[in-house]
Amino acid sequence: MNALSIRNLRKTYRNGFEALKGIDLDVKAGDFFALLGPNGAGKSTTIGIVSSLVRKTSGTVEVFGHDLDTEREAAKRCIGLVPQEVNFNQFEKVLDIVVNQAGYYGIRRKEALRRAEECLTQLGLWDKRNSVSRHLSGGMKRRLMIARALVHAPRLLILDEPTAGVDIEIRRSMWEFLRKINQEGTTIILTTHYLEEAENLCRHIAIINHGHIVEHNAMASLLRKLHTNRYILELRNAASFVPAIEGYQLQPLEDHTLAVDVPLELGLHSLLDQLAAQGLEVVSLRNAANRLEQLFIDLVENQRVDATRKTA
Amino acid sequence: MPYLIAFKTILFKEIYRFVRIWPQTILPSAITTSLYFLIFGTLIGGRVGPMAGMSYVDYIVPGVILMSVITNAYGNVVASFYSTKFQRNIEELLISPIPNWIILAGYVGGGIARGFAVGGVVGIVGIFFTDIRPAHPCLVASVFLMTAALFSLAGFINAIYANSFDDISIVPNFVLTPLVYLGGVFYSIELLPDLWRKISLANPILYMINAFRYGFVEISDVDIRTAFLIIGGAISVLVIWSLVLLRRGTGLKT
Ligand SMILES: Nc1ncnc2c1ncn2[C@@H]1O[C@H](COP(=O)(O)OP(=O)(O)OP(=O)(O)O)[C@@H](O)[C@H]1O
Ligand SMILES: [Mg+2]
Repeated sequence: MNALSIRNLRKTYRNGFEALKGIDLDVKAGDFFALLGPNGAGKSTTIGIVSSLVRKTSGTVEVFGHDLDTEREAAKRCIGLVPQEVNFNQFEKVLDIVVNQAGYYGIRRKEALRRAEECLTQLGLWDKRNSVSRHLSGGMKRRLMIARALVHAPRLLILDEPTAGVDIEIRRSMWEFLRKINQEGTTIILTTHYLEEAENLCRHIAIINHGHIVEHNAMASLLRKLHTNRYILELRNAASFVPAIEGYQLQPLEDHTLAVDVPLELGLHSLLDQLAAQGLEVVSLRNAANRLEQLFIDLVENQRVDATRKTA
Repeated sequence: MPYLIAFKTILFKEIYRFVRIWPQTILPSAITTSLYFLIFGTLIGGRVGPMAGMSYVDYIVPGVILMSVITNAYGNVVASFYSTKFQRNIEELLISPIPNWIILAGYVGGGIARGFAVGGVVGIVGIFFTDIRPAHPCLVASVFLMTAALFSLAGFINAIYANSFDDISIVPNFVLTPLVYLGGVFYSIELLPDLWRKISLANPILYMINAFRYGFVEISDVDIRTAFLIIGGAISVLVIWSLVLLRRGTGLKT
């Protein structure tokens, strides 16, 4: 069963801008799915269409088998949305925001209060329940939107950059929380610009760029595609020359640092040995970027190169 | 049943909103209308002499009450719905499994409630200046209800089209206020020259005010059945118009 199926989805905004150029997307029930892409790629547009905030130009969207065109209300019941930008009433109290949202889903007030307490407690906001929402900090506002999205117990939770501007500690606790509700059965779709976050949490991934899906895969198989890892090496002494080592691409960055692309089949060991043989002692090394980030940049960059070639 | 809960949620949220900010929503009308009663009714009214066979203050009280109902019902919905749109918390409703007519009913209900609250306060103030009482309570109630619903709908449509806070004050200032003042709140159109009397008959608010006044003192410049036809017809048109706009997502969805 798919939590979400998108077929040939197109969106042209009123100013004529084509934000989605026929995308297909499948998210299995129970999945933890990352929708990635650079700024302006079309992530929020896609999410907006799925959650009924943006009108599609053409194509079909099904949420747990409910077609948005024919069974919109049933589809809406399945979805909980955490939007990219704050969109609650800044003058309302935290508790009222969550309880009212439950009311819109037809949940009786008594039950709504119980659920709101549960959601706000889980997100560490119960103490703030009587605060006016505009007095919350940025991170709290994000968590309030998560609590609000969960109050009707949706089967599919869609989060549009939930951890933007959230401190490290809270981000980690959010991750734990999302993992937990995913294990309990909620399907999650997440967009983020922190690729480490996607790599950590998500089992499947799609990358969207300029309104096209450029990759749609399991995280593990995608990462397996990566044949090389890029490392930054820090040397004890400044290197006066760029060493040439067969099989490895080396590139000087500063006096004491080198960047090197290490093919997976060769590994690090022989590199370090050969550097030492040339009198270069490595004092530390780190990944240049996380692996997903590297892939992401490759995919997005490649497209950029293709596009310039085409227009040239 | 879920729809009923959703409707009540919107309605109570709307009522809570205007009650919370009562110094902005209820107090101003209470003060201005008291001044009307005092100045036009008591101070000047004595010199104006009787209007349509009754004291001037008795003549204006029903119209002044309905005037406050009209401006407050309109003002409540236009301000509340526009700010909901402006702050984007309309999205809370748009993603929820609520049919459009429930959203509309919720906001119109809020406008009627505000009209009732303010109209009630003005009515109570009126008790100190006049001793007229509704001769036909059912007529008074139904004209109130229909008029409040009509102007709530109009406010809703205004809010949908509005793109700025200026846009929500243009209609109240430049359309509504003149129509209300020229709608026979303070005078009988029988006093007007023939041409102006005929022009006045094209003002729908004239019918509402006269029907409302008839409910209190049994005098009217117009036929009451015509009044009901006009109000009912206008409500039907605005309901359809609002639902079409909501269905298209005009001003709400990109
Ligand atoms: N209402 C609109 N009218 C016209 N163009 C729009 C509108 N909304 C979005 N766009 C354009 O559509 C494209 C996709 O926008 P979208 O918000 O979906 O990107 P995104 O992938 O979510 O980006 P980000 O990571 O910055 O949030 C952008 O080029 C944007 O400028
Ligand atoms: Mg976005």
